[in-house]
Amino acid sequence: MKRDGDMTLSTPKIKSSGIIVEYDGKRALHGIDLDIYPNEVTALIGPSGCGKSTFLRCINRMNDVIDNCKVSGRLMIDDTDVYDPEIDVVELRARVGMVFQKPNPFPKSIYDNVAYGPRIHGLTENKDDMDRIVKKSLKRAGLWDEVRERLDDKALGLSGGQQQRLCIARAIAVNPEILLMDEPCSALDPIATSIIEELINELRERFTIVIVTHSMQQAARVSQKTGYFHLGNIIEYGETNDIFTRPKNEQTEAYISGRIG
Amino acid sequence: MVEKKHIVTAFDEDLTTLNDMMARMGALAETQLFASTEALIARNPSGLDDIIKRDKELDDLEALLNEKVIEIIALRAPRAEDLRRVIVALKVASTLERIGDLAKNIAKRNKVILGTTVKTQMLPSIRTMTSMVLKMLNKTLDAYVEVDAVTALDVMEADIEVDKLNTVVFQSLIEEMSSDQEQLKIGPHLLFVTKNIERIGDHITGIAEQIYFLHHGEMPDKTRPKADQSSSIALS
Repeated sequence: MKRDGDMTLSTPKIKSSGIIVEYDGKRALHGIDLDIYPNEVTALIGPSGCGKSTFLRCINRMNDVIDNCKVSGRLMIDDTDVYDPEIDVVELRARVGMVFQKPNPFPKSIYDNVAYGPRIHGLTENKDDMDRIVKKSLKRAGLWDEVRERLDDKALGLSGGQQQRLCIARAIAVNPEILLMDEPCSALDPIATSIIEELINELRERFTIVIVTHSMQQAARVSQKTGYFHLGNIIEYGETNDIFTRPKNEQTEAYISGRIG
Repeated sequence: MVEKKHIVTAFDEDLTTLNDMMARMGALAETQLFASTEALIARNPSGLDDIIKRDKELDDLEALLNEKVIEIIALRAPRAEDLRRVIVALKVASTLERIGDLAKNIAKRNKVILGTTVKTQMLPSIRTMTSMVLKMLNKTLDAYVEVDAVTALDVMEADIEVDKLNTVVFQSLIEEMSSDQEQLKIGPHLLFVTKNIERIGDHITGIAEQIYFLHHGEMPDKTRPKADQSSSIALS
C-alpha cells in the first residue's frame, strides 16, 4: 500500500510491513505498511470493520488470544520483531500498554489497580517504591488530586471518566514506551472526553500513542498523524492537518466529509 | 471534486442554499455593473438612482450568507472540500458586495457626468472594458458552481487585458483633460469610473483564485504580471 511521501525525518517507533491478519482464513487486513513515529499521537480512523482495531491489536499481539487468528508480515518496535517466536509476550505488553473502549478497572482498590502491573513485573523493591510509582502514575493520568485521599476506595466507585484515567494510570505504571488506545472516550461524556484528550496531548511527550477512534473530531483534535482504513487496507496516511483539510484520496475525502455513493 | 451526497441530507440542502444565495448575489452584481455603465453610454441617467438604492440588496444578501456560513460551520462541522466551500463562499460573498459598492460608485459619478453637456471620446473603450469585465464575472460565477479551476485560470489571464486597456484609457483621459479645460468637469470622474471597472476586474480575479483554491486546496501561483500601468503615467 502506497503512502504519501516522507512525513518526518525521525526514525519510526513502530514499523509495520505487509501485515496480514486472517480470521478462520478470511482476511481482515490485506498487508498494512505503516510507520508510526515516536512522541506523536497517531489516529486510526475508518468505518466499522475496516481493520483499524485489528491493526492496533497486532502491535501488542492481542490477536494472539483469538482462536484461528493468523498474523503474517513484519512488525517492528525499534529493533524488536514483535512476531519473533522467541519474544516474551508479557514483556512486550509491558512495553506496549493498552487502554480499552470501556473503562475496565479491576474490582480492587484504586491503589491496587495502579500497583498491579509494577507488582507482577517486579518493578519495585519496597512499599515506598510502590507508593512513588502509584502517585507518579496517578499524577501523570491527571487523577491524583481527585483520589489522593481515598486510594483504598474501590475503583469501581469512581465515575466513568475517572475510571478511564485510572486505566491509563494503570497502563503507564509499568513505564511503557507505547500506549494503544481503542476508542478510549466512546463511553464518556464530553467533559470527561475533553479531560482525556488533554491528557493524551500531555502523555505524548513521554509515550508513542496510537489511538483508534470513531470520532473524526477527536482524531483531528488529538493526533499529529492520521491513517484512514477501509476494508482491511490503509487508504491514506499523513499529517492530520492535511488529512482533514485536503486529503489526496477520494475515499478519504468521502469518509471524513460524511458522504455516501 | 467529490460528487457523492452527504449521509446527512440537510447538509447537502445547506450547501445548495449557499450556492443559490451566491448565484443571487452574482446576478445582482452583474446587473448593477452593467446598468451603471450602460447609463453612461446611453446618456440616460434615469436608472442611476435605482442602482444606488439597490446596492443595499447586495449588502443584505451578504449578511444572510454570512449567517448561513456560521450556521453550517456550527452545525455541520464541515471538513476538507466542504470546509473550503463554506470559507470560499464567505470570501466570495464579501468580494461580490465590494463589486456592488464599486458599481454604486460608478452610478454616482455617472450622475455627475451626465449632469453636464461635456462629452468624452472614451465611451467605446469604457464599454469594451465593461464588456470584458462582465464576461469575466459571468464565467467566474459559472466556474464557481462547477468548481471549474481551468476556467478560473482563464479568467485570471483575461484580467491582464482589462489592465492594459485601463492604462490606455487613463492616458487618453489625461490627454483629453490637458487639451480641453471643459473636460475637467467630467475627466476626474471618468478616471474613477474606469479605475472602478479595472478594480472590479481585480476582484473577479480574486474570486477566480478562490475557485482554484476550492478545487485544488492551494492557491494558484501568484506570478501574474501587473498590466495596469496607470499609476505610473505622468502628464507629458
